[in-house]
Amino acid sequence: MTDTQVTADAEIATDPQGTTAAQGTTATRFATETPVTTETPVTTEPRAATAAQATPVAMPGEGAPCAAEGAAREPAPVAFPQDRTCPYRPPAAYDPLRASRPLARVALYDGSTAWLVTGHEAARALLSDPRLSTDRTRPGYPATSPRLRALPGRRAALLNVDDPEHHAQRRLVLANFTLKRATAMRPAIQRVVDERIDAMLAQGPPAELVSAFALPVPSTVICELLGVPYADHEFFEEQSRRLLRSRVQQEVREARDRLDDYLGTLIDRKLQTPSGDGVLDALVDKQVREGTMDREEAVSLATILLVAGHETTANMISLGVYTLLQHPERLAELRADPSLLPAAVEELMRMLSIADGLLRQATEDIEVAGTTIRAGEGVVFATSVINRDESAFPGADTLDWSRSARHHVAFGFGIHQCLGQNLARAELEIALGTLLARLPGLRLAVPAEEARFKPGDTIQGMLELPVTW
Amino acid sequence: MDIHIDTDVCIGAGQCALAAPGVFTQDDDGFSSLLPGREDGGGDPLIREAARACPVGAIKLSGPPD
Repeated sequence: MTDTQVTADAEIATDPQGTTAAQGTTATRFATETPVTTETPVTTEPRAATAAQATPVAMPGEGAPCAAEGAAREPAPVAFPQDRTCPYRPPAAYDPLRASRPLARVALYDGSTAWLVTGHEAARALLSDPRLSTDRTRPGYPATSPRLRALPGRRAALLNVDDPEHHAQRRLVLANFTLKRATAMRPAIQRVVDERIDAMLAQGPPAELVSAFALPVPSTVICELLGVPYADHEFFEEQSRRLLRSRVQQEVREARDRLDDYLGTLIDRKLQTPSGDGVLDALVDKQVREGTMDREEAVSLATILLVAGHETTANMISLGVYTLLQHPERLAELRADPSLLPAAVEELMRMLSIADGLLRQATEDIEVAGTTIRAGEGVVFATSVINRDESAFPGADTLDWSRSARHHVAFGFGIHQCLGQNLARAELEIALGTLLARLPGLRLAVPAEEARFKPGDTIQGMLELPVTW
Repeated sequence: MDIHIDTDVCIGAGQCALAAPGVFTQDDDGFSSLLPGREDGGGDPLIREAARACPVGAIKLSGPPD
């Protein structure tokens, strides 16, 4: 395999006829918005596709197929998910999917096929359609990794629960995740961020940013919010890692059991001696003690809040920093004008689309853009492709703080849209803003192509990010 | 303009309050509500953005813009 040279974002779009378009019209249209044309090229070793057993897809550079051949055959389903070659772009193998918006057929790791949603309007409509279930215990529910089949009978609270049960669960914890509550937490988040940067300055340079900053910041914040002792962070971070990344089903099951035991014990302790003012303390006090929620449901809810509360934000911080360092002009704009931070966080959310492959199953036939999704079929949402739909985000491959990125689906859409999104925004604004302000010389300590990032079958982010300043 | 919030549908994502903070807020339970004195939107151009940002379509707008 040869190295894949990833060139400027604005050059990789392909039009429906299959000819490579240089996006000249878009660049002209947005000429006043300082389009990025000189990104640092990123060269990485392409990895084996995650769904390597599925039908391979011609990669750009392998030579165009004969036109007659192409016309005679049904296009083979693209394998999904695949590893990114550049951590902030969808894999190049997804390019044909852009040309066939809003829907495509994809091949999953186990040889089954599913619908892949790639268009923005279709995604918004389908993600809020009650005929799509998120209950993974349903027969035929799609999976994009063996990990997701490790616990077949088990439904994660909120995530795998349909309405009306979902609504009842969400309203139990909702008040803790409002915009007002996130705003009120800003001073506490700032303190956590400053402490981590103080430690980095005392010990470095250099530093490994994932372990020194990107992970501990959201981990500390969610512990304080939930009422989980941060002293136990090594334990639950390791179990979370296995739960979200392990390809060994037994390891996933063991991680799940350990987290259940840990959070069950914590909840029992809170039941015996009410002590804290965290979300879990309130849940125990108002629900478990009064019998409106059983212990098992409380444990399930606690697990999802703890895991989702630190892993996702940690990935956004690490990948966000990497992306900014690869876009020096955007970075300079942000340093010069910190009031751009909220817009920059939204644009980074859109561009990075770290939760790339949301799963659903149709419970009835659904008509979408002249196609019928049949009852029982799996539906996968490629947020990285949806969030680069030109009809919603003109010049979508370009990182641009002046665009309106608000309507991205990086947090999902519909009833399952991320519960912690307001907290995540506050954390990202403070973490990125403070890091840039306090480390003016921040840069990678390794060549960009050597920075290691996560494979395509999990939440996207950096595995390690060696930096200096 | 008439702004109707279906609080049975609202999931408290807070997108309305983020998009149009001069009109929308979240009540103590986390559900969307209108700020006192801004029940008609006060001509805020961001109201439509807020309605579009709602992930569950809980905000319905009717009548002429002010």
